[in-house]
Amino acid sequence: MRSRKPIKVLIAKAGLDGHERGALVVAMGLRDAGMEVVYTGIRNTPEQIVASAIQEDVDVIGLSSLSGGHMAQFKRVMELLKKEKVKGKLVFAGGIIPDDDVKKLKKLGIKEVFGPGSSIASIVEFLKKNV
Amino acid sequence: MIEHPGKFPFTRGIHASMYRGKLWTMRQYAGFGDARETNKRYRYLLDHGQTGLSMAFDLPTQIGYDSDDSMALGEVGRVGVAISSLADLEQVFACIPLDKVSTSMTINATASILLALYLAVAEKQGVPWSKVSGTVQNDILKEYIARGTYIFPPHPSLRLIADIVEFCAKEVPGWNTISVGGYHMREAGCTAAQEIAFTLADGITYVQTCVERGLKVDDFAPRLAFFFNCHTNFFEEVAKFRAARRLWAHIMRDRFGAKNERSMMLRFHTQTAGSSLTAQQPDNNVVRTTLEALAAVLGGTQSLHTNAKDEAIALPSEESALLALRTQQIIAHESGVTAEPDPLGGSHYVESLTDKLEQQAREYLNRIDNMGGMLKAIEGGYVYKEIYRAAYEHQKAVEKKEKIIVGVNEFISGKQLKLKTQKIDPKLEPRRRKELAALRKKRTNVDKHLATLKKAAGSSDNLMPVIVDCVRHYVTVGEICRVLRGVYGEYRSTHSI
Repeated sequence: MRSRKPIKVLIAKAGLDGHERGALVVAMGLRDAGMEVVYTGIRNTPEQIVASAIQEDVDVIGLSSLSGGHMAQFKRVMELLKKEKVKGKLVFAGGIIPDDDVKKLKKLGIKEVFGPGSSIASIVEFLKKNV
Repeated sequence: MIEHPGKFPFTRGIHASMYRGKLWTMRQYAGFGDARETNKRYRYLLDHGQTGLSMAFDLPTQIGYDSDDSMALGEVGRVGVAISSLADLEQVFACIPLDKVSTSMTINATASILLALYLAVAEKQGVPWSKVSGTVQNDILKEYIARGTYIFPPHPSLRLIADIVEFCAKEVPGWNTISVGGYHMREAGCTAAQEIAFTLADGITYVQTCVERGLKVDDFAPRLAFFFNCHTNFFEEVAKFRAARRLWAHIMRDRFGAKNERSMMLRFHTQTAGSSLTAQQPDNNVVRTTLEALAAVLGGTQSLHTNAKDEAIALPSEESALLALRTQQIIAHESGVTAEPDPLGGSHYVESLTDKLEQQAREYLNRIDNMGGMLKAIEGGYVYKEIYRAAYEHQKAVEKKEKIIVGVNEFISGKQLKLKTQKIDPKLEPRRRKELAALRKKRTNVDKHLATLKKAAGSSDNLMPVIVDCVRHYVTVGEICRVLRGVYGEYRSTHSI
């Protein structure tokens, strides 16, 4: 049973990709929906993302990538979360991620992938249901 | 006031005859994987009628990391071609003579290095620099705002930009030294009026920087270029280009005292809006791109890239890249719209939209001036906040169905067609590591060149000759940037929500 504390979300840009629009729009939308949101800005290594997630004690990590580096970088994030024995954090992703890679990412433990055309409303619903 | 094409303030076009005299350049942005694959795609596009080259580089190249750097993990060859040394760029231009084709390079923080590499390739091909023509984007301000491939802080970055402008004015007269861009800020979510204002404000900063360096406006301004988006609101986009030309002409003449008319002409490349394209029902994107391309042509662009239909999903496949090129060729050769310059000039709607956008852009420019200029406006977070606020408003409008996107929030098809998309070879990164290891072993005197570079970077000398000398000797992009990072430091973004 969830306490009345708002859901805390880390929105993270991984790798060298500088396309922020989706991450920012989602971050602003989640905040307007009552969640607490921390945005990492661009250019974060997987190590930096995991460290932020632990330090900020978030419930959710949202990973964004639009430049094709998602397999290498998201995989590394999931490996580090396991290595650091980080528990209880929901991980989802967004950006330009081909369907074949969506399957692979879900196998790594990423709960859902929101591609182009996704709505903030659907992400809010997903988080409220799964956190 | 009656305005004429080819006459100040060039609202109706920078040339009197526009496309009757010469068509816009069909310049499709391309590049991926390694130099071999990119060379193949460039020759394919040139064989099929493209009239200028436009190079996409991968993120490590744009951000000053060699393909074997740990920071390049997962990124090599993904958004463009991986270029770490002269060997790579030579391969890109195999069988492409540099005196026969002009090349636009989308490169910013590392523009000096890629320009130096291009000049070194010209030397190897026996082409004198006086015969070389092309463009480097070289527009760092928009990187800080909306694109993200910055390396160094603003002052050293502006120094490098001015070095290129100064160097080319003397050594490479056919080179367009900056392509001041609004495309990316528009993709990030800003409005048409903001696109004009923020782009021209960046341009003002560059002109100011070069003038403060001691360069005379008319000696370099004719070689400045611009890069705009062409988005979905058809008549607004045509009006946007007209308003931008009118504003820039006045800025150059009245603010900077330019005397040469060529300094006052806003010459620009256009790319149709990637952000307007959808992953759902990708064939619809062909229609969107056609309308956007038509608006750019009616708006008087000098050069045009049309997106492929798979834009929202992957890099263009050969088939979709070809169709994008054919779109331009059909407009150019079949539609008849090239018969008259500024065919929509005189339309009550387009003229009033032009005036309105000019006014709105002017208000932004005044506000930026009152903040102390574009650099201050950027560092204070003003520009970033304006753009992302607009992006958020757009998203809310889409989700409320106040803005319709066919196939996404209306006219949805259950059936999803599987597109065959361009894939990047997973063996590319390990192959690049091997290639670079072999290259590094073969060279001599790298440390000597880097020491010369370090000394020059700390002085006020123009860095271009030193960088050219480095790249001639196969010093890599990453090695040069490591030295420059050491001297200049790295920019830390303060973007937050």
